[in-house]
Amino acid sequence: MLLEIDNVTLAYGRIQALHGISLTVGQGEVVALIGANGAGKSTTMRAISGLRPVSQGTIRFDGQDITKLRADLRVIRGVSQSPEGRGIFPGMTVRDNLEMGAYTRRNRSEIDEDLDRAFTLFPRLKEREKQPGGTLSGGEQQMLAVGRALMSRPKLLLLDEPSMGLAPMLIQQIFDIIVEINQQGTTVLLVEQNAQQALSRAHRAYVLETGRIVKEGTGAELLHDPAVKDAYLGVA
Amino acid sequence: MTTTTEKATWRSSGGVRGWFGRQPGWVRGIIVLVSAILAFLLPYAAEVPLIGPQIVTEGIDWPSALFNMSYYVLLALGLNVVVGYAGLLDLGYVGFFAVGAYGTALLTSPDSVLYADTGWKWLMAVPVALALTMVAGLILGWPTLRLRGDYLAIVTLGFAEIIRIFATSTTTLRGDRGFASIPHPPGMWNGKPIFGVTDAVPYFWLGLVVIILVILGVRNLDRSRVGRSWLAIREDEEAAEIMGVRTIKYKLWAFAIGAFIGGLGGVLFAGEQGFINSQTFVLQFSILVLAGVVMGGSGNMAGAILGGALISYIPDRLRGISLGDTDLYEYRFALFGLVIIIIMVLRPQGLIPSRRRAMELKDREKEVAPQ
Repeated sequence: MLLEIDNVTLAYGRIQALHGISLTVGQGEVVALIGANGAGKSTTMRAISGLRPVSQGTIRFDGQDITKLRADLRVIRGVSQSPEGRGIFPGMTVRDNLEMGAYTRRNRSEIDEDLDRAFTLFPRLKEREKQPGGTLSGGEQQMLAVGRALMSRPKLLLLDEPSMGLAPMLIQQIFDIIVEINQQGTTVLLVEQNAQQALSRAHRAYVLETGRIVKEGTGAELLHDPAVKDAYLGVA
Repeated sequence: MTTTTEKATWRSSGGVRGWFGRQPGWVRGIIVLVSAILAFLLPYAAEVPLIGPQIVTEGIDWPSALFNMSYYVLLALGLNVVVGYAGLLDLGYVGFFAVGAYGTALLTSPDSVLYADTGWKWLMAVPVALALTMVAGLILGWPTLRLRGDYLAIVTLGFAEIIRIFATSTTTLRGDRGFASIPHPPGMWNGKPIFGVTDAVPYFWLGLVVIILVILGVRNLDRSRVGRSWLAIREDEEAAEIMGVRTIKYKLWAFAIGAFIGGLGGVLFAGEQGFINSQTFVLQFSILVLAGVVMGGSGNMAGAILGGALISYIPDRLRGISLGDTDLYEYRFALFGLVIIIIMVLRPQGLIPSRRRAMELKDREKEVAPQ
């Protein structure tokens, strides 16, 4: 297993956000985490990337315990996140945003290769290369956030709501790209409210409800699960 | 990395900055050199026909006003590192200025309890006083850097007040009585000390030299990995962290370097005045320097320099001008406040803005009022 989360609890002050979550992501998989607002999806992501310390439980990555490891060192190990709400650097150009993604790396020729790769995945970003990130449209910013996260050459890519606020056409497009990234060898853990897309694209998925995992299965299984249909797919 | 793409952005822009950016390297070099030479000639500004007499201060000796400007500019440059580059709102910057000045005083003044053991020359005290301010920067930084925005601002405010109250109420730091006979910087010329009591011109030149060194140092930092890290932290701290920026480390660096530059201001100030007491380091001072940085254009060194110079120059220039029976100096802060308000209404991004900062401001507006 590339990522193993075992019985993790996490609290914001006195409010407990995660009540003992366990999940695994295998090498080469696309795993989706679906659930309503406030279910703890983003909190799980923050625990994995190290933005928030966990209260209990362990997180193992690539065979090693990273529960207490600093966020910047997790990036070096191969965990990379595209944060919720995009979190791009508005005053930096598109290119500089991408370069920031390669912050922990030194090999210039490899970084240039990856820049080319990002521009191939997202031709739109190439057109906007010298424009400040803040001038991009929502969809372009999302592409930039995903492209930037790839620049650290991660083993595990964490995508927090990649479809948020995007037009249906763009959602389709961004999920196509996620599948493409996965086929090129990157493992993906995906948090989504758009359960339809997430479940149809993911190998496996977990359903999160108020800080607990209530269901797991393959994407197809959950897509046809009556309870999931009812709660998350908007079809009775 | 920033240099090529950043240049491309501001080269194509309008205004003086855009024009400057489009000039070839040698033209820019000459412009910078000429402005540096002109800065050194500022003490003789009164000799310039027509404009000269309008520029120089009346109620205060012009070279002294220039020296005041020089340490305000230093402070603005230092605070710009903390606020402008790293994006940490520090309301207690005067604290570092105070530590630099008190460090010098304690090591040199006959009034100091340490005098029997130290009684050093000014120059010997400088490195120790500066090291002290950097330590103060780290001490303030370490426990506070987990705080953000408003909370950090309140704690830094408290820090400056603690230093002032400490200076007022402890016998070692002598409160109002202060420290007298702090030695001047060394050096002789034609059998007379260069840094005397009556002529402030050498002090201004010394300040200018220090400013130039600080500009070069900060510029190099800004273009290095450190500068990139600061920029990322300022634009989005969480995003910076998940890019692998060790945010705590770089925020501490910003505090320590800001403190160092503030300390330099304090050391120069103590060396020129020869006397300091707790009245010098009031909160107002911090606010004024912050106003200078914001007014000039936070995140941009040219802006910080202009802002720092203005906050010192405007009140000094008002001195000695009277309107009927009232001396305008009495109303300096009211008038000054008015000037700041006008500038901020007309140019919220500052007089010489950083293009990036302007972009960030726009981005934040969206956060405040979505659609």
